[in-house]
Formats: sequence, C-alpha cells, structure tokens
Amino acid sequence: MNIVVCIKQVPDAKDVRLDPETNTLSREGVKSVINPYDRHALEEGVRLKEEYGGTVTVISMGPPQAQAILTEAISCGADEAFLVSDRAFAGADTLATTYTLAQAVAKAGKPDLVLCGKQATDGDTAQVGPGLAVRLDMPFVTCVKKVRTIAKDVLTLERMMDDGYDVLEVDLPALLTVVKEINTPRFPSLRGMRRARDYQITSLTAEDIGADSSRLGLGGSPTQVVSVFPPEKKGDRTMIEGSVAEQVDKLAEILFDSAFGA
Amino acid sequence: MDHFLNEDQQMIVDLAKQITDEMIIPNRAKYDETEGYPLDIVETMAKSDFFALFVPEEYGGLGGGCFDTVLALEQFGRGCVGIATAYAASALGAYPIVISGSKELKEQFLPDIATGKKRAAFALTEANAGSDASGIQTTAVEDGDYWVLNGTKQWITNGGQAHLYTVIAMTDPHKGPRGATMFVVESTDPGFSCGPKEKKLGIRTSATTELIFKDCRIPKSRMIGRRGAGFITVMKTLDKSRPGIASLGVGLAQGALDEAATYAKQRVQFGKPIISFQAVQHMLADMAIQTEASRALVYVSAKHIDAHPKQMSKASAMCKVMATDTAMKVAVDAVQVMGGYGYMREYPVEKMMRDAKILQIYEGTNQIQRNVIGQELNKEYN
Repeated sequence: MNIVVCIKQVPDAKDVRLDPETNTLSREGVKSVINPYDRHALEEGVRLKEEYGGTVTVISMGPPQAQAILTEAISCGADEAFLVSDRAFAGADTLATTYTLAQAVAKAGKPDLVLCGKQATDGDTAQVGPGLAVRLDMPFVTCVKKVRTIAKDVLTLERMMDDGYDVLEVDLPALLTVVKEINTPRFPSLRGMRRARDYQITSLTAEDIGADSSRLGLGGSPTQVVSVFPPEKKGDRTMIEGSVAEQVDKLAEILFDSAFGA
Repeated sequence: MDHFLNEDQQMIVDLAKQITDEMIIPNRAKYDETEGYPLDIVETMAKSDFFALFVPEEYGGLGGGCFDTVLALEQFGRGCVGIATAYAASALGAYPIVISGSKELKEQFLPDIATGKKRAAFALTEANAGSDASGIQTTAVEDGDYWVLNGTKQWITNGGQAHLYTVIAMTDPHKGPRGATMFVVESTDPGFSCGPKEKKLGIRTSATTELIFKDCRIPKSRMIGRRGAGFITVMKTLDKSRPGIASLGVGLAQGALDEAATYAKQRVQFGKPIISFQAVQHMLADMAIQTEASRALVYVSAKHIDAHPKQMSKASAMCKVMATDTAMKVAVDAVQVMGGYGYMREYPVEKMMRDAKILQIYEGTNQIQRNVIGQELNKEYN
C-alpha cells in the first residue's frame, strides 16, 4: 500500500508569541515542530505500513527549514520524503495550498491512502485535508480516531463525533484526517536517525510539479488577511492545575486570600 | 563540557535525553510509589533500538560498544536509576553470551535481545555468595542431552521480567572456582520459577526476585563457553558492565545537581536567592566538580574497554567507585541544599538519595572494587 502523509512545520504551541508591532506570529527564536496532529497521521501511516506492508511517503510544503520535520519523519519510520518549496508558494491560502499539494502528491506517486492531521495548530482551518481530497478526486473522512481494518480496498474506520463515534467504510484510494486519539506517536529510533542523516530529501519546485503559476502563493489566494490581533484581555485569569483535591485546595486558598487579603 | 562525541554517539545522547525528559521523568514518581515494572518505558526503549546498542551488528545489534551503552545509561540514569536499571539488566544478562557464547547460542538469543523482544538477566548472587562468588551452591549436573540445575539465586534484577537468564552454577564443585559454568535458562524451562518481588530502599520500579531451580532441565547447547570457565566469563562480563553502573551514577549526580541548583536559584531566604550564599555555592561547586570528574573517568574507561585491552579490570573498577561514590555524595548534598523540601517526596531528590545507595553495592560493592584496583596495583609495581 502506497501511503502519503502530508505534514506541516508549525511554531511550537508552547512558545507562540505575537509581534506587538505587526500583530503577526513572531517566528524569531521560536522552536518549529511537526504540527501535532500530523505527528499522529505519520504514526498511523507507519503503523498501517507495519501491519499491511507498503511504503510511507511524507510531503511537506514550506520553506527550506521544513526539511527538519521531514528528517524527523524519516527517523520515525517514513520511507521517502519530498519538500515542496518555492518562493512562488509564499502567502498561499488553503485554496492555493491544496492545489500545490495535489500537484506534488501526483508527482510523488499514486497513493492508495493519504493521511493528514485534522488541522494545523497555526492556521487552524482544517480545510487542507478535505480540499486536497477533492482535488485528488478521492473520498475523504475527517476526524478519524481509529482505523479498524483494511480489506479488499475497503477501509473500516471510526470517526470521532461530539457524542461518540461513527463507524464508516470508505473505498480506497481515500484521504483521512486524524485526531490525536488515534494513536501515541513513537519516538525516533537510532536506526531511523542514522537513515535520516544519510537520506537525501527530494525538493520539488513549482516547475517540478508542473504548476500553473497563477494558482500559486499570494496571487492564487482569494483569502486576504487584513489584520491579526490578539483578543482583548478581559480580566485576569489563573489556570489551576493538579488533581481535583489539589485544585479544590488551591481554589479555596485563592478565594480566602481574595476575601481576607493574602 | 564537550567530549567530542561523533554523530552516532550524539544521536544516542539526543534520543536517550528525549525519552528521559518526555517519558522517564514524568513517570518516575509513579513507578517509585507503585513499585510496578516500567514495561511501557522499556518497550519504548526497545522500539527506539536501545537494546541493540550492546549487541554486535552480526547478531542484529548496532555494534555492542561499552561507550555507546554508557551514553544511553547516563541519560536514563539522570531521569531514574530504577527505570535505567530495568534496561541495564538486559545488557548485563546478554554480555555472557556476547563474550563467551557459541555462534549457535548467539544466533539463537542475541537477535531477540537486540529488538527487546526478549529481556535478559544475570544470575550470580546467592544467599551465601555475594562478594565472595566462590560460595556458589547452585549446581548443574549432566543428564544425557541435558543439564539439570538445582539451587536458588538471590536478588536477581529483572527476575520475573526477563525471558532469559544467564546463570552461573557449579558443574565440578571439587574444582572450586574452576568448577563453575554458565548457562542460559529460559523463563519457560521446566523447574524454573521466580520468587516474589523484593521490597527495597530505592530503585523500587526495578524487579528484584529470587530465582528457584528445582530439577530445572535445559538442553546441553545452552552452556555458555567452556565447562569450568564460568568465573572467567563472569569477571569479563562485570569488567564490561561496570562502566554502565558508573554512568548511572554520573546521570544521577547530574540530575541531583540540576534539581539542587534550580531550586537554589528560586528559593529566597534573608531576601536573596540561596544560591547567592557562599555556603550553598560551595556545596554546588563541589557537586559540579565531582560530577564532571566522574563523567570524564567513566567516558575514558569505557573507551579504553572498547579498545579491547588485555587488562581492563582496574579501569572498570575505578570508574565504578568514583562515579557511584560521587552519586551518593551529590544526592545527599542535593537533599541538604533543598532542606525540608528536599526531604519531601514531592521533590525528586529524596528518591535520588535512596536510589544512589544501590550503585555502591550492586555489580560488586565499592569495597570489592577497591580490592580489584589494589590487586592490580600490586601486580603493576612488581
């Protein structure tokens, strides 16, 4: 089975800051990681490969620095990696991104299964997975929490809902977006890290994927971001953590202090 | 300090550090409290190829170097010596096969040890044979195509958790130390059983049990090396494994220093962080000096052993003594720096102090190590 996993490099959520001047995400000195949902998509791809055989190909669209997450993916069990990178892609919204990714997926081979995280933690649109499926002319299921079986090109899976889950069947080839509940991603392995060190990632430019330049990047994006701003601060908030007993103690202490002074 | 590690070695450190920070440290208090075996963490180490580190490449491993294993153990030990011991015990159990096993025995067992599918344990100690290994009373008697083992081993790390045990038993008791032979016993062999898990001061997550051999029959092919060469294999095994225990000491000392220094910066008394007081600074400075010096000796000793010198006992014993005595001292001082907080189970240093003690005792007490060093000196200055 030919499995393609789409991964995105995002700023580490623990470390997100807005530039107060420009109100855009400040990437200076912020650690970049694989989008957490995509880590689960990658893990599912590797597990399905281990169970049913085949190969896992990871594809990322991003700047040259995104090589780092592809290397990490190889060290965690991916077989091949493509970096889709070109200045022409800059400023792409989800429409332009899905176009670009669809061209790249076609270039990388004919997938039986495409896996994506349900959304990226920076943009939070959850549009790229479904958009990519439409462009690849595949059925798709979002928010998958479990792949039960794959038999005769039919995949049986569980889709997470607010009040439980649906059991669905979908014909392959198909695209799935996954939620965190689907698995626990593995750590890299020493053999995987050695392979990743020696592995040559294939870079694909706009020309390599035969893209129509009018559909790429900012120019190919109907979405225009007018401004980004943090929500207005409404009062002070304190997060109380720990066990229920600890939280109750802490809350009682805060209430007592606010009533009678610390 | 930079020890100029090569790329492969740096990868071992980076990955072991990641597993330690993300999995061992968040779970160490739970495992100390419940005394349960850290199977999920051991399996993670296996999936990440750490059990391959001490197995030669031709048997499915990644080389089998002492230094590689030391680098991994130092990180794991920084997180939790108990969990690290659960890993290290497999290396110790595998070494007799690696060092003295026949090709068939290696092919039979090492590939599964390398993947972590089978865990190993080393069985030497008995009720009357600890520091004096010649007091061994477990026997092995030939019976056709089998060896039949009888006796009881005591305080065996990974007891009940290992799938195979490398066991020393007397085959020719009248020959004394030259009458001992090593065998591989599988947990499924008839006549083999384990006692209940012992309750210990520290490293509580690590499984320690008796092994009971009651007419335990094993095929003849399970003999490790020559008949009568058991003690030689044991000595060579311990020479190779002790730097691993030493590196647990370095890791524990580093972990204790990290905790104490972090605390000393935050704790304010008399209007200042206590790290600004010379009394505390000097304690932290001594802890740092001893930790760095131990690390340097352990690394050099492990590299020395990987060069396969004729004589490695002295280096192996010296680094074990230095690093584990340091671990004990640094852990005690970390508790002192942290005062009442250090004594509380809410902070990790009281556990480190309990865990450190075993490092001075197991795989040869530090007194026995000094004997080894002294005897070597006696030969050198002939």
